[in-house]
Amino acid sequence: MQVRFESVHKTYRRRDGTEVPALAGVDLAVASSEFVSLVGPSGCGKSTLLLIAAGLLPPTSGRVVFEGDAGGRPRTAVVFQEFALFPWRTVLDNVAFGLEVRGVARAERLERAAALVRQVGLSGFESRYPHELSGGMRQRVGIARALCVDPAVLLMDEPLSALDAQTRQLLQEDILRLWEATRKTVLYVTHNIQEAVFLSDRVVVMSRRPGRVREVLPVPFPRPRTEALLADPEFGRFCHRIWSSLKEEARAALEETHGDGSPA
Amino acid sequence: MATEARRDVVVLEARAERAEGGWGPAVRAASLAGVVVAWELGARLGGIPAVFLPPPTAVAVELLGMATGGELWRSLQASLVRIVLGFLLGTGVGVVVGTVAAVSPLAEAVVDPLIAATYPIPKIALLPLLVLWLGIGEASKVAVIAIGAFFPVAVGTMAGIRGTDPQLVRAAVSLGASPFQVVTKVRLPAALPVMFAGFRLAAGMSLLLVVSAEMIAAATGIGFTILHAGDLMQTSKLLAAIVVLSALGVLSTWGLQALERKVVRGRPH
Repeated sequence: MQVRFESVHKTYRRRDGTEVPALAGVDLAVASSEFVSLVGPSGCGKSTLLLIAAGLLPPTSGRVVFEGDAGGRPRTAVVFQEFALFPWRTVLDNVAFGLEVRGVARAERLERAAALVRQVGLSGFESRYPHELSGGMRQRVGIARALCVDPAVLLMDEPLSALDAQTRQLLQEDILRLWEATRKTVLYVTHNIQEAVFLSDRVVVMSRRPGRVREVLPVPFPRPRTEALLADPEFGRFCHRIWSSLKEEARAALEETHGDGSPA
Repeated sequence: MATEARRDVVVLEARAERAEGGWGPAVRAASLAGVVVAWELGARLGGIPAVFLPPPTAVAVELLGMATGGELWRSLQASLVRIVLGFLLGTGVGVVVGTVAAVSPLAEAVVDPLIAATYPIPKIALLPLLVLWLGIGEASKVAVIAIGAFFPVAVGTMAGIRGTDPQLVRAAVSLGASPFQVVTKVRLPAALPVMFAGFRLAAGMSLLLVVSAEMIAAATGIGFTILHAGDLMQTSKLLAAIVVLSALGVLSTWGLQALERKVVRGRPH
């Protein structure tokens, strides 16, 4: 399924009535089965864009168009930065949640959830609770939970930001493997350029707040990719190319923050 | 004099560490036993008149007599029926009102000032009014307990539901949960630990109110037994009834803890 952002604006209203523009006209199309990453300086509204696509936040103006065969599936599912697992539910019941609220019969939803738990490599942990798992394992549950509803588009909001560097590296490879198996349309928000390049077909560089699309870069490295790519000098050069584009925006965003004392 | 370089030597030696909770069961048991023994000795040897403070053994004998004679069970049954009915009624309404007020801004605007205005009233002060409305029978006593149990549960439920991590709500909505499912499958389970704090306060309140109500307007129950024994200077009986109250309090706390362990899952206890 294709997703198209058409001139999406978002303005937040502060409690004192002042308006803070977060997105100033985002135009972007994500093709079916494409993996697209959004990178940008802190506070550029990339997570806001994701929440709008998820239907969790209405745009102030503009629209998001989903086009293609949904086949009765939900349009989107979200993987959250802080996992957002239900602490009172076991791994299996967390993964089955989306099917449960859709009224799928118990036996069927547990069977499907168990298959996804296996797919993300958590066999044997089905009846554990989230607090008994490591951060990396929790986010695997978060990914399985989103995939379990078989969404047409998978939205990932800095899914690896809360994890340590080694775990992050391992999960990047897992995400790559899962994507190659499912070929979902993915919109992936991150502040990590290497991660974006390693995973994506295209990387979208956003401007500082209020966010808009600054540049879209197709990633030239063929799939299937392995971690050997990370040691490729071309990979480093390409990442640096993105960082150059991002740097002045990030610097300006940082200085603006210092300038008026408001949070980015 | 040759300056000799001073050398500081600091030695950090291993010290036997007291195991965590090392003073646990032994001291706890001794603390209780010590008071009972001192009381027994004071009453038997210290010349304290039995009408003021009968020894624990006399209280125990009295309690045994009340149990075999059936009086204990009659008062206990009368009080328990009032407590259980009032507690269930009050907590049930409290959960519903608290939930509705927490999820609906309109209901919150209606309920909040009412609760703020009525919460501080000592609930026993309402008993004469309730007797006027409902008669001197069981209904007025159950009602005063229900009112007492209602407040901590309503307030706890509201606080718990409002305190739900907004990310969990987002996650549920993004997975397709309806607004009703968000309440039943996310907000209420997330609120349970705070709700249980309310249940514990409500249980204590129920015990307090049943005794007060029975002292004011009853011819049965533990509270009545205490008042009646006091009037007749049957101090052993009075103390026996207080021991029963203490047991009720401890048992209700244990019961709620056991229920909480069963119901509140997925968090370290």
